[in-house]
Amino acid sequence: MEMRFKIFRFDPEVDKEPRFQSYTVSAEPHHRILDCLNKIKWEQDGTLGYRMSCGHGICGSDGMRINGVCGLACQKLVKEYEGTEVVLEPLPHFKVLKDLIVEMDGFLEQVKRFRPYLISTSPPPEKERYQSPEDRKKVGDVIRCILCACCTAACPAMDENEKYVGPAALVWAYRLINDSRDDAFRERLKAVDFKDGVWSCKNYFECTRVCPKTIPVTKSINLLKREIEKTFPERSH
Amino acid sequence: MVFKHDVVVVGAGLAGLRAALEVAGNADVALISKVYPTRSHSGAAQGGIAAALGNEEPDSWEWHMYDTVKGGDYLTDQNVAEILAQDAPRAVYELEHFGVPFNRTPEGKIAQRAFGGHTRDFGKAAVKRACYAADRSGRVMMDTLYFQVERKGIKAYPEFQMLDLIFKDKQVVGLVAYELATGEVHFFHSRVVMLATGGYGKIYKTTSNAFANTGEGLYIPYRAGIPLEDMEFVQFHPTGIYGLGVLLTEAARGEGGVLRNDAGERFMERYAPTIKDLAPRDMVSRAIWTEIRAGRGVGGKDYVHLDLTHLGEKKLAERLSDITSFVKIYLGLDPARELVPVQPTCHYMMGGIPCDVDGHVLGDKHEIITGLYAAGECSCLSLHGANRLGCNSLLDLVVFGRRTGLQIVRDLGRLPWNEPPENPDRATVERIRRIKERKTGEKVGSLRSSLQEVMTTNCSVFRHEETMEQALLEIRSLQERYARIAIDNKGLKFNTDLLDALELEALLGLAEAVTVSALNRKESRGAHSREDYPERNDEEWLKHTLIQKKDGEPRVFYKPVTITRFQPKPRTY
Ligand SMILES: Cc1cc2nc3c(=O)[nH]c(=O)nc-3n(C[C@H](O)[C@H](O)[C@H](O)COP(=O)(O)OP(=O)(O)OC[C@H]3O[C@@H](n4cnc5c(N)ncnc54)[C@H](O)[C@@H]3O)c2cc1C
Ligand code: SF4
Ligand code: SF4
Ligand code: FES
Repeated sequence: MEMRFKIFRFDPEVDKEPRFQSYTVSAEPHHRILDCLNKIKWEQDGTLGYRMSCGHGICGSDGMRINGVCGLACQKLVKEYEGTEVVLEPLPHFKVLKDLIVEMDGFLEQVKRFRPYLISTSPPPEKERYQSPEDRKKVGDVIRCILCACCTAACPAMDENEKYVGPAALVWAYRLINDSRDDAFRERLKAVDFKDGVWSCKNYFECTRVCPKTIPVTKSINLLKREIEKTFPERSH
Repeated sequence: MVFKHDVVVVGAGLAGLRAALEVAGNADVALISKVYPTRSHSGAAQGGIAAALGNEEPDSWEWHMYDTVKGGDYLTDQNVAEILAQDAPRAVYELEHFGVPFNRTPEGKIAQRAFGGHTRDFGKAAVKRACYAADRSGRVMMDTLYFQVERKGIKAYPEFQMLDLIFKDKQVVGLVAYELATGEVHFFHSRVVMLATGGYGKIYKTTSNAFANTGEGLYIPYRAGIPLEDMEFVQFHPTGIYGLGVLLTEAARGEGGVLRNDAGERFMERYAPTIKDLAPRDMVSRAIWTEIRAGRGVGGKDYVHLDLTHLGEKKLAERLSDITSFVKIYLGLDPARELVPVQPTCHYMMGGIPCDVDGHVLGDKHEIITGLYAAGECSCLSLHGANRLGCNSLLDLVVFGRRTGLQIVRDLGRLPWNEPPENPDRATVERIRRIKERKTGEKVGSLRSSLQEVMTTNCSVFRHEETMEQALLEIRSLQERYARIAIDNKGLKFNTDLLDALELEALLGLAEAVTVSALNRKESRGAHSREDYPERNDEEWLKHTLIQKKDGEPRVFYKPVTITRFQPKPRTY
């Protein structure tokens, strides 16, 4: 089938303003949007810029806005878009470096501010630290995060407060707050308990809707809010 | 620009990250990576990491060592397998302490599951040895190590691509890298360069490998005259999604999945009566192709079925949720109810840069190349021999990544800062200029797909002198055509068009090395299966291949295998 694409283009070396460029490629229904991008780049226009690596939803490179919805180009099949013109844009709320490529450092900084590594006050035992299957289950969903940034890019609360740390950073905070092997529970909870932290989330559920790894992002953020209220009953907003 | 660091680690997959962690605090270490570190290929690893913890069933490191040697069809250097198996429990506990969220047994220990070729009592029956975090073991290990590296404040250069290594008087003095965001060519001046650049499965059409796996990390030292070892041994994983190559982990069979042919027969019973579907990958891949060739592929086509329908939704959700979602997304099938079409897919490269057990890169006279180290899939420690067992790669990365880091720290005391030659980046700048200058010419994409097609048809699971001669002719003609390629993108920022072109040179060079090595080995062993020489021949071929560029031509020579505990025996399962 013929697939029509309208792709956001911006090369700061030459363009004053972003523009859209149209392409047509032939594709099979089971092809990925990423396959079409590759066809365009390899056969028609080598100047097109986008990121990719794994090709099957594991590395988190090719997050972009596909017909208005943030997602991974390698996870979306052409047949979902049959008969439409597919509009591809860079992730919103991120600085565009070129075409569909956005700046990632700021996003990773937000994740890192919550110290996304195990903090333990006891010396490591000779073997493993025990953890019950039930405790392990508490992080079963959030360890699927691949740092693709689709959630943070899609979050409407980012429009209202650009200082909001964003859902991905909170997913990582959640992961360690709920790891029974971690000893910094209270400090970690305190770290997300501020205006630009959990409280900027307004329950729009966009993050949950777009997450390519089907992580219940909003639910996790709400659980964090509840945990804060439970752990620090004296606090008030 | 010129950057200066004591140690530059190229590659931020698990091998590079683990090594860098060891050097941090002892010397100034930097990581460069062509993709953002968290997007390295190690993140795709699904099934798990092997270690004889004995958490689910009795196990011992000797059995693990034996399985590794036998799995490698006795081409494995046994001193190396011994280090791996002995160090495995420590390495896994260490990962656990770093924070890796392994699945757990009811008592709270690290859970383990069965995997291809893992046995107890020296081959008597399958054993649960693979430690796992659902089917995203690599991803969580990599994220965990990446944030440990961040915690230690190691400097990372994301989206910097190595394009050349710089030597002076046979010693490494640094490397040349291209900054993707700006198009600048930089020189990294260092006392040590460590290569941890992963595999190069992109020489094949159907592969589980990432687009980034194009092998410059091996090709650049090869171009500089350093030999490559055992390049003919290319692993095909039996269960790639038909037509796509996206991997369905061996853990699917470890958890009880079975392969079926057109008649619905569980055919592995005929090929490996003892451990059936859990036989090593080379055997299962050959069995699948044998079925297909005998007309027993599903519907007469070139695939078979992976049957997971009896595992139940709960097990699929808890232990195999990623692959369940791959099958749903890419095939529109529900593996809890439907059979999944699979086909062998290029997966792992056993061959690579020859190293000793401490990561020193070895030259053609087995001498240490001062300042150059390697670990991970780009290296060849002769650990995986002729066929790697599942879950031994992640283990290899953390065991030998760490050893390499430790050795670098030990060696640094006597490694001086050497003056680089004048304009170390000149050759690279020139190469880029030549490619950008050409106005019209062949497209990189079409040459690359021709190469992938040639390798897939002529030098994959089954090989024959005639098909490989053919492959070699075609590779060489593609190499000639490579001199006339042209690209559209003449810009500086994120010029992946240019990088695709530079990567193709590496793919062509490595495809040639694989084919020449394979043509020369006139026997069948592990993943290298010759139809014209179907038997293993220990008398003549129990030796490692080395291939080196000499005056532009590949030269092949050999070195012996180290045998300590286990004498070669026929390999049956
Ligand atoms: C789908 C899949 C599933 C797997 N599952 C398992 C499993 O369950 N268990 C197991 O043991 N093994 C598994 N493997 C194998 C294992 O994942 C790989 O062998 C391993 O991850 C390789 O790690 P590495 O550190 O050597 O390199 P990689 O993780 O591949 O990283 C390479 C790094 O080098 C960088 N790089 C490459 N070239 C350059 C350059 N020119 N300049 C700068 N940087 C460069 C890349 O950016 C990247 O950071 C699997 C492999 C695949 C493909
Ligand atoms: S939570 Fe989901 S959408 Fe957000 S970064 Fe992680 S994987 Fe991507
Ligand atoms: S639920 Fe919260 S984090 Fe998610 S999109 Fe809405 S406001 Fe953003
Ligand atoms: S290319 Fe890796 S997630 Fe899409």
